[in-house]
Amino acid sequence: MPVKTLSDGRKAWQRRDSKSQLTRWFFTLIGVAIFVWCWNRISEATTWFFVWDAPSIAGDILARATPPRWSYIEKLWVPIWDTLNIATLGTIGALILAVPVAFMAARNTTPSTLFIRPIALLIIVSTRSINSLIWALLLIAIIGPGVFAGVVAIAIRSIGFCAKLLYEAIEEIDVAQTEAIASTGASRWQVMAFGIVPQILPAFAGISVFRWDINIRESTVLGLVGAGGIGLQLSSSLNVLAWPQVALILIVILMAVVLGEWVSAKVRSAII
Amino acid sequence: MSAALQARVGQRWRKPAFIKRPWLRYTLLIGTFLYLVAAIASIEVNWSRVYEGLDRGVAFIASFTNPDFTSRATDIWEGMIESLIMTVASSVVGILISIPIGLGAARNIAPLPVYVICRGIVAVSRALQEIIVAILLVAIFGFGPLAGFMTLSFATIGFLSKLLAEDIESMDKSQAEAIRATGSRWMQWINYGVQPQFMPRLIGLSMYRLDINFRESTILGLVGAGGIGATLNTAFDRYEFDTAAAILILIIGTVMFLEYVSGLIRARVQ
Repeated sequence: MPVKTLSDGRKAWQRRDSKSQLTRWFFTLIGVAIFVWCWNRISEATTWFFVWDAPSIAGDILARATPPRWSYIEKLWVPIWDTLNIATLGTIGALILAVPVAFMAARNTTPSTLFIRPIALLIIVSTRSINSLIWALLLIAIIGPGVFAGVVAIAIRSIGFCAKLLYEAIEEIDVAQTEAIASTGASRWQVMAFGIVPQILPAFAGISVFRWDINIRESTVLGLVGAGGIGLQLSSSLNVLAWPQVALILIVILMAVVLGEWVSAKVRSAII
Repeated sequence: MSAALQARVGQRWRKPAFIKRPWLRYTLLIGTFLYLVAAIASIEVNWSRVYEGLDRGVAFIASFTNPDFTSRATDIWEGMIESLIMTVASSVVGILISIPIGLGAARNIAPLPVYVICRGIVAVSRALQEIIVAILLVAIFGFGPLAGFMTLSFATIGFLSKLLAEDIESMDKSQAEAIRATGSRWMQWINYGVQPQFMPRLIGLSMYRLDINFRESTILGLVGAGGIGATLNTAFDRYEFDTAAAILILIIGTVMFLEYVSGLIRARVQ
């Protein structure tokens, strides 16, 4: 027990002994130094005049943005429909691509641990670590702007997420069930269909709804780079500084996000 | 053998359906089919444009074997440093702010008014996406990494506070009560009764959030909030796929490194 002796000779309990306390101080000092350096760099790159001016600008924007231009909603129905489609079709595409990747990445179903599993893991990491907006930028450069680029961007971006969760579910399955199916003389595919798939189906459904919810959020902003959906209207309204329209679009996006989360929570609680 | 079982003997086994009620199953199936037809029909695909693009797609994939780090080295370097700086600073500030808010959003610690306010902050922060917050903050604070830093800090608060509050709500009460029984003050109670219980999870989540913050910081440049995104956007606009590939490789490499480090740290604290 770490104990220190006070000046009058009494002993007092303390939480850590002096050595570990010192190492803690040392690492705290390094951390603080790194943070201060980072803050300095940010501070150097900032025009502080604008920052001190910020409250009045924020008030100005708020005054311009209220009340939202409700009549603009007529022009938003098609983009909302597009946004929903980007999220849904993107999720479906991602699931179709993610299932084989997940089976190749799971230790107990991969055809080859040495060659195929690393490739599957690389696909998972690289699709996951690049944001959907960057995928959209890339796809717009390749296949041109529009809803289709958005669908493909969402699909590619979601592969990693879905495949990662799915392969973890596959690795956790109960072997006894697959062995029972195999012992009836089932082929490899029959074991897959009747031994493995029923066990991962609840996880699969949960993952797809969860990802759909995330994709609703992401598809609302894809239009900022030109990949269709309501973000396109947001970006054009921002460009002409039509703040009442921006306010309405932000309200619509917020409602879409909340609604998506609500639906996904309902469906997931019904499945699991 | 019961009569129901008797009747089934000799019949072929059929896989039970995933959704048991037939009307629900067929309504869902037909509904999904109709939706898909409508959705796919409403997407206009310019196939000739896609076909033309395939060459560029191949060129892009090929450029991964030959990434160009040098010709825009200073832009890439400054962008990456700015992204990392924003990530670190916003994670530190976000974590520091999210601890009190997380405590406040836990129903078993906070009184009701504090709970409602903190939950409100969490809900607002989670509902707004980073890029939209970034647009607004750029409009208010001007271009540069400060807007990105504030965006990421704000997003960190929502993420971390919510998970922290859930962790505190499911904590072991007896430990906290034992500390309280020694006559501790409120701060001592939090420090010795509650904090040790959520600390491992807080460290794990913070590392995870650091990782997310870096990924998000790579796109904030698209709206002028600093970081590598601006350079990447320029590279794509000018069809400089080899530079874009170099940036993407750097991003993936950094994310993998961060994931590896956070895995090490999480394994140590848990």
